Amino acid sequence: MKREIPLFVTAVIGLFMILSFFVPHQAVSVPADFLQQSAIIIVAFGIVLGGANLLRVNLEAVVRRRPEWPYRLVLIAGLVVTVAVGLIEGRDFQGSGTRSTWIYDQVYSSMSSAMFALLAFFIASAAFRAFRIRTREAALLAAAAFIVMMGRVPLGGVLTDGLPREFRIEAVAQWILDVPQSAANRAILIGAALGVMATGLRVILGIERSYLGGED
Amino acid sequence: MKPAAAFARLDRRWIYLVTGLLVLLPLLWPLNLPLRPSPPVQAYHDAIAALPPGSTVLVSCDFDPASRPELEPMTRTTLRQLFRQHCKVVVVVLFQGGARFADGIVQDVARQNHQVDGVDYVDLGYKAGDEAVMVLMGQSIPSTFPRDHNGRDVRDLPIMRGVRNYSSFALLVSISAGYPGTKEYVQQVQGRFHIPIVAGVVAVGAPTLYPYLQTGQLRGLLGGMAGAAEYEDLRYERGMASRGMDAQSLAHVFIALCIVLGNLAQWERKRKEPS
Repeated sequence: MKREIPLFVTAVIGLFMILSFFVPHQAVSVPADFLQQSAIIIVAFGIVLGGANLLRVNLEAVVRRRPEWPYRLVLIAGLVVTVAVGLIEGRDFQGSGTRSTWIYDQVYSSMSSAMFALLAFFIASAAFRAFRIRTREAALLAAAAFIVMMGRVPLGGVLTDGLPREFRIEAVAQWILDVPQSAANRAILIGAALGVMATGLRVILGIERSYLGGED
Repeated sequence: MKPAAAFARLDRRWIYLVTGLLVLLPLLWPLNLPLRPSPPVQAYHDAIAALPPGSTVLVSCDFDPASRPELEPMTRTTLRQLFRQHCKVVVVVLFQGGARFADGIVQDVARQNHQVDGVDYVDLGYKAGDEAVMVLMGQSIPSTFPRDHNGRDVRDLPIMRGVRNYSSFALLVSISAGYPGTKEYVQQVQGRFHIPIVAGVVAVGAPTLYPYLQTGQLRGLLGGMAGAAEYEDLRYERGMASRGMDAQSLAHVFIALCIVLGNLAQWERKRKEPS
């Protein structure tokens, strides 16, 4: 029964949510809305659970002096201080001039911007050291990347200004994005959608049980 | 030492230095390279320009400070265009860590354009739940977001009096850095509630949305800083994105050069190796 009841609940709710997509009647839409509201509440609990799990895993690593434990200590300190300040400040924690806002603007915002700013340096270094053209496919990829990179910046347009409009690099880059790139992306999207439908059906029918945990 | 051999032994710190200079110098001394708006950017601009005055528009700001250089300029220009067309703007955030950042941008642009909070615009803030929130907004926005970013009851706000669900909006503007974002809005909202959508996304995410653009599920698309700069050009503005494009131009050229030089060095090394 420990496994049968969750499987039954999943099947009933799954089928009901599919039904709600096609039947707009109140008898279906009102319970469907309630279930979706419940999903949001469960997600909110998930955030708390995630935070608690993060704390548990990293506290254990600090206590046992695992490799790089000082970084974990910084993480725990950041988590505890941010949550504590938010709790002390209460509902107005997002207002201007609060300590929570200061932490967000001066610590979180600056650090996440800096992390992504470093990408420019890593991409340039990787382009020099790792992008090796060893096969015909790699050569095609490099040529397409070159055209799209140059076609998406004003300098590319300036360099090919003398060519007829359809041969300018921005026009060729747009063609690559519109035709071969879109065709490949559409194929991936259709494949992924079919996969999601198949997985959904397997979950509803109780064939896919890995989400219950333990053995399949 | 031959040039190819010198490239093979090049210390990566030289690459970092050149990259840094190529990004920094054009920001200090702009080159003012000319911009040419691409068709998806033109379509984005035209979709907003076609809105009748007084329309209510939903703007979903799903990004955090990490995507600031790409998404903040297009968010600012979009809000400016909407306010100048006398549209009412309802902002939501579904991206963790983005609520405070998006609110700062909205308040700043609204103040510059003399808009009244709660009357001309409102920021409903962040709600966890990703796609479930998107679908719930289709049933009732006041139930999904009972309070705005500042904790006010949304039913007391004049702007929210006529807002029930997606049918209350003339357009949905999705500015997104990833999940949940534009792709989820197309999949969960556009097909079900038939609301017109335009999108602004990070450059790396733009190619995945081209199929939706071609089917008309997206009315227009801004891709990264380039899209934002072209949009500013259409609005006769020279903002953050336009200034950044000079730096991005030189960085792109340098990266392309790095690929060529890296491969030249590799070929030279292989040629010298005994077979």
